[in-house]
Amino acid sequence: MLKYIVKRVLLALLTILIICMITFFVMHAVPGGPFNREKALSQSTIDALNARYGLDKPLWTQFINYMKNLLHGDFGVSLKNGREISDIIRESFPISARLGLTAMAFALTLGIILGSTAAIMRNKWPDRVIVFFSTLFTAVPSFVLATLLLLVFSIKLGWVPVWSATETHYLLPVMALAAYPMAYTTRLSKTSMLDALGQDYIRTAKSKGVAKWRIIFKHALRNSLIPVITYAGPQIAYIITGSMVVETVFTVGGIGTKFVSGINNRDYTLIMATTIFLATLMVIATMLCDILYKLVDPRIKFD
Amino acid sequence: MAEKTPEKNLLSMQLDLSKFNSYMFKKASEEEKKQQDVMSESTTFFKDGMKKLMKNPLAVGSIIVLGLIIAVIIFAPLFIPYSYEEILSVDGVRDKGAKNLRPFEYSKLEQQYIEAGGTRFPHIFGTDEQCRDYFIRVIYGTRVSLIVGFFASIIVLIIGMLYGSISGYLGGRTDMIMMRIVDIIYSLPDMLIIILLSVVLQTILKFRPGSLLDALGTNMISLFIVFGMLYWVGMARLIRGQILSIKQNEYILAANSIGAPTGMIIKRHILPNCISVIIISTALQIPSAIFTESYLSFVGLGVQAPMPSLGSLANAARGGLQNYPYKLLFPALMICLIVLSFNLLGDGLRDAFDPKLKK
Repeated sequence: MLKYIVKRVLLALLTILIICMITFFVMHAVPGGPFNREKALSQSTIDALNARYGLDKPLWTQFINYMKNLLHGDFGVSLKNGREISDIIRESFPISARLGLTAMAFALTLGIILGSTAAIMRNKWPDRVIVFFSTLFTAVPSFVLATLLLLVFSIKLGWVPVWSATETHYLLPVMALAAYPMAYTTRLSKTSMLDALGQDYIRTAKSKGVAKWRIIFKHALRNSLIPVITYAGPQIAYIITGSMVVETVFTVGGIGTKFVSGINNRDYTLIMATTIFLATLMVIATMLCDILYKLVDPRIKFD
Repeated sequence: MAEKTPEKNLLSMQLDLSKFNSYMFKKASEEEKKQQDVMSESTTFFKDGMKKLMKNPLAVGSIIVLGLIIAVIIFAPLFIPYSYEEILSVDGVRDKGAKNLRPFEYSKLEQQYIEAGGTRFPHIFGTDEQCRDYFIRVIYGTRVSLIVGFFASIIVLIIGMLYGSISGYLGGRTDMIMMRIVDIIYSLPDMLIIILLSVVLQTILKFRPGSLLDALGTNMISLFIVFGMLYWVGMARLIRGQILSIKQNEYILAANSIGAPTGMIIKRHILPNCISVIIISTALQIPSAIFTESYLSFVGLGVQAPMPSLGSLANAARGGLQNYPYKLLFPALMICLIVLSFNLLGDGLRDAFDPKLKK
């Protein structure tokens, strides 16, 4: 067990290092430096600036310096507005995290309920309705859903105000974000519930005369949750970070919006810093989930 | 029992049937012989799977839908007189009124032209804000999205197949090292790396003007590169797993013992046996590639303007959402339809060809 954890942590660290390297060197392949302005600077000024910021050193030394700064929580400054990127992250990340966690809680709860219902009422009309909608929602891209929700509920019907700086409304973004994971969780928990209901221990419980609902909650549901947990772990990390599109549609001031605006402005330091930050978060979440998963289910072998 | 029992040859090792009484060894009657006849036609694995697939109404429905979409995107541009980047003009005069027309609506200039006896092809989906026919743009967008999805899947398939089969077949230390590399790439957050690479590749990729690569556009090429670099790992893992189990079979041992070269064994014996897994996962790869492309286009990293893709059309439609919601609806519906059909087809293929794979 300990061996597995050590191995997994080492793999995660290596992955993070590789992500940092990819980000750093790929970004440095972009032509032009930070001092390329419309007004040409004299060569001596550029040299002086380069020396001042350590840009005259070889790339490897620059990388090591960058990593040292990262470890101190210093992500550098934005190329466009000169703000500290760590400040930008500090103020925008909590919004995204809150949005993502709410959406995920919503998606998991509903998904498990709907999936189990479909499995229990197999081939009856509730099952068919649930399967129809969950198949449909896995085919709708989140930006389409987000835009449609915005159009119908905010603009046409006017039930929910559009997100603004003073008034924050989580309802529509949460719905848009939750749709896909909910549909996926529904499908997943339906198949695993069916699987669990077909097991021998369910038959034993039935023959002992255990009440139907007790069988479902005590025996089947618990065992059917394992695949859902495996899916949910990394998905939580992805939804916190991957909500760029939905955030852009609703103009939520989260980290996704910042990332997209960084892309559109070609703000390389901001792109670099957010990529590293989000990627590290994802890698750590996936790692924790993997370890937890093996702890929860003793049947899984440690290879 | 008119027929006589065969006589035993002298010195032969066979049983002398005449020494046994007749009920121990009876000749088979005609009726009994008939029971041994093969009643149904012999089927191959492929035929059997196709038969199962054709019985699945959802899969057949999605094949029909996909067939229709493909037919439309191939043939519609042939008889629609507009092109996707053409700004509408009537009789050589630029038609400034043909902006944001509703479906099947004509601009003033066009109406005058029609009243004067000219014929004008209707704008089935209306026009966009730059006076371009929207229907043909959606058609081309679908073309681009499907091509991206298809080729990205092919790239993923080829790289994944080569890597997975080599790793799985060689085994041992090579396999371990190759799989650790896969583990690392697998744990990279794909969307972030894709965005990062697309941002950079767009600025550093330069092609000779007029060449095929240039015509495709740097964005499209960088999309393919990115797909080729990241998405093959899932396929490689899958194929390696398949090969590890196929490798245990006796016919591989037999091929090895007569000295068949490794490449030959992989090509002739192993790959054909995992073909169903390959087809199924490719079918499921296409919609995910289309999804990714539409996201990238939405963030502004997709195919180059004026070339449309479904994602970029949907993104552009957000601007005039309040007044022209149908402009979002057409490309969005198209994406949903394509993705849904491929998903259902993939599920159907899996059920028909590889029931074991069902999760």
